[in-house]
Amino acid sequence: MSQVARSQPVYDVVIIGSGAGGGTTTKVLADLGVSVALLEAGPMLNPAKDFKEHKWPHDYPHRGAEEDGGRYFGRGKGFGFFAATEGDWQLEGEPYTVAPGSQFRWFRSRVVGGRTNHYGRISLRFADYDLKSYSRDGIGTDWPISYEDISPYYDKAEAFIGVTGSKEGFRSAPDGIFQKCPPPRAHELLIQKASQKVGVPCIPARLAVITQKTNGRPACHYCGECGRGCVTASNYSSSQVQVFPAMKTGRVTLITNAMARELLVDDQGKVKAVSYIDQTTRTERQVKCRSVVVAASACETARLLMNSKSSKYPNGIGNGSGQLGRNLVDSTGFSLGAHIPALEGLPRYDSDGMGGGHVYMPWWLWDKKTDFPRGYHIEVGGGYGMPGIGSFSGIANRVEGYGESLKKTIYEGYGTNVGLAGRGEMVPNEGTFCELDPSVVDKYGIPVLRFHYKWTDYELKQVEHMEQTFTEILEAMGGRITKPATPVATEKKISVGGEIIHEVGVARMGDDPKTSYLNKYGQSHEVKNLFVADGASFVSNPDKNPTLTICALAWRTAEYLAEELKKRNV
Amino acid sequence: MSDSSKLSTRRETLIKIAGAVTAANLAQPLLSQSDAEHVHKAAAASTALGGVYKPKLFTPHEFKTLQVLSEIIIPGASKGNTAEFVDYLSANNKELAAIFTGGLQWLDMTMQKRVDAKFIDAKNAQQTELLDLIAYRRNAQDHPELAPGIRFFTWARRMAVDGYYTSAAGIKEIGFKGNGASAKFEVKQELYDQVLRKAGFA
Repeated sequence: MSQVARSQPVYDVVIIGSGAGGGTTTKVLADLGVSVALLEAGPMLNPAKDFKEHKWPHDYPHRGAEEDGGRYFGRGKGFGFFAATEGDWQLEGEPYTVAPGSQFRWFRSRVVGGRTNHYGRISLRFADYDLKSYSRDGIGTDWPISYEDISPYYDKAEAFIGVTGSKEGFRSAPDGIFQKCPPPRAHELLIQKASQKVGVPCIPARLAVITQKTNGRPACHYCGECGRGCVTASNYSSSQVQVFPAMKTGRVTLITNAMARELLVDDQGKVKAVSYIDQTTRTERQVKCRSVVVAASACETARLLMNSKSSKYPNGIGNGSGQLGRNLVDSTGFSLGAHIPALEGLPRYDSDGMGGGHVYMPWWLWDKKTDFPRGYHIEVGGGYGMPGIGSFSGIANRVEGYGESLKKTIYEGYGTNVGLAGRGEMVPNEGTFCELDPSVVDKYGIPVLRFHYKWTDYELKQVEHMEQTFTEILEAMGGRITKPATPVATEKKISVGGEIIHEVGVARMGDDPKTSYLNKYGQSHEVKNLFVADGASFVSNPDKNPTLTICALAWRTAEYLAEELKKRNV
Repeated sequence: MSDSSKLSTRRETLIKIAGAVTAANLAQPLLSQSDAEHVHKAAAASTALGGVYKPKLFTPHEFKTLQVLSEIIIPGASKGNTAEFVDYLSANNKELAAIFTGGLQWLDMTMQKRVDAKFIDAKNAQQTELLDLIAYRRNAQDHPELAPGIRFFTWARRMAVDGYYTSAAGIKEIGFKGNGASAKFEVKQELYDQVLRKAGFA
């Protein structure tokens, strides 16, 4: 039942989604004096109460295995009990489907701040060539913008949210506005030496963690648990760093538990209101707007746009091009670990540091010939992490037995493993897209997405290259790699689509309205007051984790929108 | 500082945080770094308070058997309240409950057949003799009748390890130094030197 109060305010902008894209848009518009309503499908976030940053496993009788012991049976919260996710691979009553022959996993987070509350915080600029790949090799599609267009917005985003790093003058990893990165952990210095020995550069990490006081936020206190959320907001989350401060301007109305269902259009085909389901009462409500910014996370954005059907837009709002849902891409993922004898017997030390590696390897072969078209970067893991459920299950299960000898093996093995993880660019292909499932709706009656996903030789060859490189690096530090007894096909080694949670591209930008959904400002080609400010606008998905670029592009879109509102163009 | 005063200061900090939420009517209180440090330290002091544990699922005999078994698997396990941990989860999980009540029963019956005594009443050498058989998967080949015991022991070991190394005692013993709050992250030069030297880089 629709409840439209006559006196209901009309907001300059309704923003759908409070993650990296929505949070940035909210902050920038509020600062520019624009009144916004921010819709979030999940509940309010209370960091002091919700985050388990400083907790020990023994603060809970279940120690992190969850109340029902679900952790022992493959159930329980994604990324573990302590993570600040408020979301998961499956949400109760909100299914998605996967077409026969495809595999896809979709991580959704319903809470103010979305996935930025727990994400890895790796913050990498796209390189100039990343935006013009087609011009270089004839594969994929060029972006309608160049590095010069986006660079000033990287500057703004980095200066505001705070990113660590060092000036390297490396083409594949452009320098930015960096705060000082803490020194490498002991095993990371070793990885760095081994990496350099085999010709792979290894440089200080670029993480959205502040190591100096920034905009009233205190510097990192090095507890290593960024994934649990940070009570001092010393890392970037859109909730704490953008949404809450923006609310203090008095220009932001945050509406939580509001699951957007449809964009409603007027006679001219412009968006006049957003229809949403109030999750607490399961009733439909509407919020009126002069313009709308959709930033619900790429696939959720595509779903909302596809579900906004009308006589004017039978295939979904603004979808004359049919591009909605196409060009879906995740990052490729592959990991390899090894036991490092050189780490045995090292005196224990506090290796917490920032939440994430203090070093990483940017793509280094951009100007060399490889048998696959696009690059990858390498992330590192290791150290003396806080013991938790399952930390020593592998070793106990391998050595078996019991008693003092088992304890000794566990003690000696602690902190002696390192891991390398590759994240690479996938080229969009015809077989990878999402669409509305014709026969399934969620608990609100909203049609759900069906995913089609396919890796091609481009990605499989890249992953083979990762395995070869990681083996060289690990062996260069004397590592003992545990290899499976029988060879595993590359199709099984590569991550499942969606698993890296870098899914983007389903409403891409471009200059040609026939082959793209948005223009270069993230504005719909067909509907002038409709904007998209999340990863849906990506034309390609370089080996640079998408969040920083989502922030930069959302900043640009928000400034453009504020200008257009002023000129009364939308 | 006594344990109770540590806990009360922690409570005060948490109340302070909760108060900030109400006052601002917005959920964005930022803890200062010193507050964060305090919470981290206070959390470290908050171990389970004393008192005799009453099993939620296991009978007193089962619980005692589990305690003895866990202590053999991980000497010191009782300091980590590992049997309590298993009992807590088994009370909330039917699968775990079946694995543990069944497994403990199997242990008693098998010991009864071997030496005419329940597991906890057998001599230490008799206990380890049986455990030596079920602590290794390979033994199932020659002794198929041991398979249920081997399966159970795998679970008992897995949860004794988890229970112990997630306890304050286990975390201290393994040498975890983190979960603190410090103004600076640093690694001593001699650690770098040692690692590089051992790997042949220096």
